Amino acid sequence: MHIGDAVFAGLARFSGGFVLVLLGAIIVVLFYGGFAAFVQFGPLFLVTASWDPVKEVFGAAVPVYGTIVTSILALLFAVPVSFGIAFYLTELAPVWARRPIGTAIELLAAVPSIIYGMWGFFVIVPVMAQYIQPPVIDALDGIPVLEDLFAGPPFGTGILTASLILAVMIIPFIAATMRDVFETVPPVFKESAYGVGCTTWEVMRSIVIPYTRVSVVGGIMLGLGRALGETMAVTFVIGNTNRITTSLFGPGNTIASIVALEFPESHAGSLKLSSLLALGFILFVISFIVLAISRVLLRPRLKA
Amino acid sequence: MSATATHPGTVPGPAKDQTVAHKLGRRRGRTNLIIQVLCVLATAIGLLLLASILFTLLWRGVGGISLNVFTRMTLPPGSNGGLLNAIIGSIIQTMVGALIGTPIGLMVGTYLAEYSAGSMIGNAVRFVSDVLLSAPSILIGLFIYELAVQPFGGFSGIAGCLALAVIVIPIVVRTTEDMLRLIPVALREAAFALGTPKWKVIVLICYRGARDGIVTGILLSIARVAGETAPLLFTSLGNLNWSLSLAAPMASLPVTIYQYAGSAFDDWVQLAWVGALLITVGVLAINVAARFMLRGGR
Repeated sequence: MHIGDAVFAGLARFSGGFVLVLLGAIIVVLFYGGFAAFVQFGPLFLVTASWDPVKEVFGAAVPVYGTIVTSILALLFAVPVSFGIAFYLTELAPVWARRPIGTAIELLAAVPSIIYGMWGFFVIVPVMAQYIQPPVIDALDGIPVLEDLFAGPPFGTGILTASLILAVMIIPFIAATMRDVFETVPPVFKESAYGVGCTTWEVMRSIVIPYTRVSVVGGIMLGLGRALGETMAVTFVIGNTNRITTSLFGPGNTIASIVALEFPESHAGSLKLSSLLALGFILFVISFIVLAISRVLLRPRLKA
Repeated sequence: MSATATHPGTVPGPAKDQTVAHKLGRRRGRTNLIIQVLCVLATAIGLLLLASILFTLLWRGVGGISLNVFTRMTLPPGSNGGLLNAIIGSIIQTMVGALIGTPIGLMVGTYLAEYSAGSMIGNAVRFVSDVLLSAPSILIGLFIYELAVQPFGGFSGIAGCLALAVIVIPIVVRTTEDMLRLIPVALREAAFALGTPKWKVIVLICYRGARDGIVTGILLSIARVAGETAPLLFTSLGNLNWSLSLAAPMASLPVTIYQYAGSAFDDWVQLAWVGALLITVGVLAINVAARFMLRGGR
């Protein structure tokens, strides 16, 4: 074998191995960093709803709850809009408009997270505080359940606002994936359906969606994975409170936001820092699972 | 057409009664129209959001642009400071991060496209790289903090570069592998037939053929890390003073924007908007340029 070949092949294989080591190292380092917290609090760490730096009692319940609620709500907002965009781009838009509009939507994904944070804080929060929250709070006052779900002073920040910003951030990812999988449907399938007199929507519902169902779910999971770990945008608008509120207008925290906000006040080697790293470990495990599912669902279709 | 056959209820056959047929046709047409309008609305929402973000940035940012922004350092509120050290710090960290991450990403992509055919390890590497592509960037920051900040007793520019490099790698891997796979096998075989060693085939033929695509990937990765804030909070931290040392804390545009935007001082908030405008224009410009390049290359 040629000596150059051996060196080059060795380098390539080494680099491939490096990626595996990198993932392993991230998991091990985060777990090791959070070890003190896991030992101190045990499994109760997951269900303790307290974050008290004075008494040194830390729990993951509030940020885990915040992460899951904001991400699920973001999906509820983002999925219909993303589907609409993907449907429009693949079936409805005139051919000349598809590329520019598609590019514009993709550029939404390129805008840095901190810009979304500032935009959310200076544009969305005032709108929520003045025009959305007060009428909703008034209108639902006295109706059981809904009253509690939309209660509280209209600060503009809070869980719902964070979910809206997250939704905006994941729309381009979900929409682009849906568009790409919709385009994998063989034209002859769609043409046959049009041929028997189906409307565009009927073709979508009866041909495109059944054909791409699995990959569409994969695209949604990709959006979920993105939403779970989003930091800067959420940090600006979440309200930063370490207790669980039943109101969607109430403040909260997500794992990513509490790490970003509390980290500067944690000393190296403190139990607080260890708890933050433990939270990081939990977030990594959750998003790894979600992203892995997304990839398994997406890969066969987009690779074909 | 098995797909329609499995949903017999969705596409009703012709009705015997003409009035029923007309009603049904109208209802189907109406449903179709309503959904199409909703889809146009959804797209309009998406475009409006982008427009709103760009408009907000221009509206708040343009007024604050002055020579001071580019020639003066970050200073205490009220003393007419600029963003010079933040801009330089961002450029240094982005470039060094890309310089560290790109060769690794390139080699991993090469491994996946040229050396891993069907192997278990190859599939595992591809899987892990895909997951890292979307992994929360704040956790990369925590990882590098534990690895390169805590053991060495302080925040440093190089730690920031390392964090950004970790983010660069999977992006470069993805595009490199995809682009190498587009190179026709016949081209490789022609070169092999002349007795060219494999590494020369890859470097001289495959890389050259895939150059535009690979460069696009590198540009996109630079655009992505240039706006990253979360991983820098725990690594390079930020620095209000002039410092080019990679061993000391280093300022960066996104972290400075974060600190200034949350402050109570009007001139700091104004500078944050200017910084936000600069970074967004830069990132979007790189993205558009990369897209044009890829289109030209195909």
